[in-house]
Amino acid sequence: MKLREVKEILEAEVFVGHDQLDMEVKTAFGADLMSDVLAFAKAGSLLLTGLTNPQVVRTSDVLDIAAIIIVRGKRPLIETILLAEELKIPLLGTRYILFETAGRLYAHGIVGCVERVAEKRDFS
Amino acid sequence: MIYENSFLVEGKTFKNAGHVSSQVKNLLQKMKFSKEVVRRAAIVTYEAEINICSYAERGKIILRVKPEEINIEAIDEGQGIADIELAMEEGYSTATPKIVHMGFGAGMGLANIKRFSDVFRITSEVGKGTHLEMIIRA
Ligand SMILES: Nc1ncnc2c1ncn2[C@@H]1O[C@H](COP(=O)(O)OP(=O)(O)OP(=O)(O)O)[C@@H](O)[C@H]1O
Ligand SMILES: [Mg+2]
Repeated sequence: MKLREVKEILEAEVFVGHDQLDMEVKTAFGADLMSDVLAFAKAGSLLLTGLTNPQVVRTSDVLDIAAIIIVRGKRPLIETILLAEELKIPLLGTRYILFETAGRLYAHGIVGCVERVAEKRDFS
Repeated sequence: MIYENSFLVEGKTFKNAGHVSSQVKNLLQKMKFSKEVVRRAAIVTYEAEINICSYAERGKIILRVKPEEINIEAIDEGQGIADIELAMEEGYSTATPKIVHMGFGAGMGLANIKRFSDVFRITSEVGKGTHLEMIIRA
């Protein structure tokens, strides 16, 4: 699905990346803990999070996250928006809670970037 | 050796946390390493950088690149780690509320570094500092 559709499904506001809404996304990961994002998220996924500080963008850059969706109607900090612009990572915001955000995307075919954590993890 | 550089990391602040990792990632991308290798190198550098920003007074990250492998060292001056085996355990953390507020402190970082690098060495001296060496094979 295109990021544009994600935006419509979530009635999201686009803070950064108006010009990148044609990007294709298939998978997502949701967490408020960047430590977990680093351990589990996969390249090319959407990141759904309630965290609003610039570390969300740094973490996403390191992991090649496709786009960030800030949930629960939180506003990203100005430093966060500036960093997302610098690193060219789309940053959207939705008023849906994390559970609803994930459910709505899942109902439209977006799946988890990992279904469940393996007993022994790899790094693909 | 085709490339070597050293980057300073400020300790005890998140002001520029991750800046060095973004630079390292950019450099490796330009050197045409595979996406997977760049990503692994970026992750281990970032985890090490965040630990310096979280726990150390100051530190540096040294990047050494050869066509066949990427060597990353993170050397800091700071409190050091008393029990390395314990620190390596997933879930063990001494993170302060400030660190948790930034989204870190799950006690996954060192275990994550080990998982994403081909070679990982860690030494530390309490009251002096910590030294990590990570090798990613291309
Ligand atoms: N450079 C360092 N200097 C001093 N202590 C450190 C350093 N790196 C790690 N530690 C200690 O080891 C513990 C575990 O580190 P690790 O990176 O695995 O987890 P964390 O930083 O607590 O959380 P996470 O990395 O998941 O966000 C830390 O809580 C801290 O006590
Ligand atoms: Mg850590």
